[in-house]
Amino acid sequence: MLAREHQPSPPSGLNRTPLHALHLASGGKMVPFAGYDMPVQYGTGVLREHLHTRACAGLFDVSHMGQIALRPKSGKLEDAALALERLVPQDILAVAPGRQRYAQFTSESGGILDDLMVANFGDHLFLVVNAACKAADEAHLRAHLSDVCVIEPLPDRALIALQGPKAESVLTKFCADAPAMRFMDAGPRRVGGIECFVSRSGYTGEDGFEISVPAEAAERLAKQLLDGTDVLPVGLGARDSLRLEAGLCLYGHDIDASTTPVEGALEWSIQKSRRRGGARAGGFGGADLILAQLEQGAPRRRVGLRPEGRAPVREGAPLFADADSSEQIGAVTSGGFGPSLNAPVAMGYLPAPRAAPGGLVFAELRGQRLPLRISPMPFIPNTYKR
Amino acid sequence: MTTLYTADHEWLRIEGDVATIGVTDYAQSQLGDVVFVELPKVGRSLKKAEAAAVVESVKAASDVYAPISGEVTEANDALSAEPALINSDAAGKAWFFKLRIADKSELGGLMDEAAYQKHIA
Repeated sequence: MLAREHQPSPPSGLNRTPLHALHLASGGKMVPFAGYDMPVQYGTGVLREHLHTRACAGLFDVSHMGQIALRPKSGKLEDAALALERLVPQDILAVAPGRQRYAQFTSESGGILDDLMVANFGDHLFLVVNAACKAADEAHLRAHLSDVCVIEPLPDRALIALQGPKAESVLTKFCADAPAMRFMDAGPRRVGGIECFVSRSGYTGEDGFEISVPAEAAERLAKQLLDGTDVLPVGLGARDSLRLEAGLCLYGHDIDASTTPVEGALEWSIQKSRRRGGARAGGFGGADLILAQLEQGAPRRRVGLRPEGRAPVREGAPLFADADSSEQIGAVTSGGFGPSLNAPVAMGYLPAPRAAPGGLVFAELRGQRLPLRISPMPFIPNTYKR
Repeated sequence: MTTLYTADHEWLRIEGDVATIGVTDYAQSQLGDVVFVELPKVGRSLKKAEAAAVVESVKAASDVYAPISGEVTEANDALSAEPALINSDAAGKAWFFKLRIADKSELGGLMDEAAYQKHIA
């Protein structure tokens, strides 16, 4: 027997995060991911790591992600915000100090080059981008914003996510400000005496925090947060099943340069000010197409899918309108088993006329057609502290 | 009763002309938490090395190949109902299926317990 996917290869030439030694000491099963040697799980296993995060709290090393400061040369933050609006369809000017917003870099053809978080830190913007895209994102920012901004990658910072219902009480022991933060608040905070950037956000559908910490202090902070029984270290395996149940996109799978934000069902993230008739309508990559799709809809849409049996339906599975039609109408882009749902769960793309929740489509799996119910997302309710 | 092993981490318990087949404890430790199993239908004729069953963990799908040729005489429905048996009792209750052995000479290529232990060491 052989795993069909994800066979670990030797870790030669892979980057290591500041928490690499801690992963090894904690029994992490290491795999290559986006050029880094990362833990896919620890001794407790994906299932328990997932369930523990939803019941108590999980600690995730996401230091492979890119952290970038965008500093306005003029000293005026609005100049950096307006400059960034050339590259994203979001209203960045309206992000208040101490707040952050979800955004996408869009291409000239309207596709998504990466998705990211943008925080207003008062005198500069703080961006968190995907690991696999960070070099391209930095080049993209330099090519388009260097006239207005200094683009400063922050490779000497680790990023730790603390997620789950006990995240707040655990973090409060080290950061008295934590309970006062609302979902998507973000800014510099002292955590255990260390100067950090803390946001109340994450990638699990749970309440929680992401903590950017200087690399040299990362292991000390992680060990403090892991002390006791509330927090377990959680690997990439459960990170994927948690975000899938939460209906959150994985870049390179559920969204990429061939999908627009509207096709990706991300129009909720595009504010009125950037749409037709808005104060700063358009002016970002692919605006003509994206603005038209916002009004008329896109030809296809990302949808949630609940396989009706027990068999997980995974990425790449072709989708059909019925049990015996030969014409493929879409494909699964993420799929697996949802431990909290105790059922398989997936997302994929379907033609817009066939994408309404409640409808049935069929996936082909090992020569058989399996029914999947089109389902609203998130699959489990999120517990953000708004 | 003899127990034999494949390099792909399956075990075969041979009783007369019937082989009971499962995956080893080492295999389950590599798979992680199993959430779904698909077993071959009774009466299906399997050729050696043909994909016979599927094991899915939260993260990945793995094939279980027929270690020898034969006809499926029984499949373990208890395993389909409770895939986690693979993690708790891989060498016992979590047997996958039974085969009527088509060609006993195929058993010659398999490992005994000692050889398998050396294989995974």
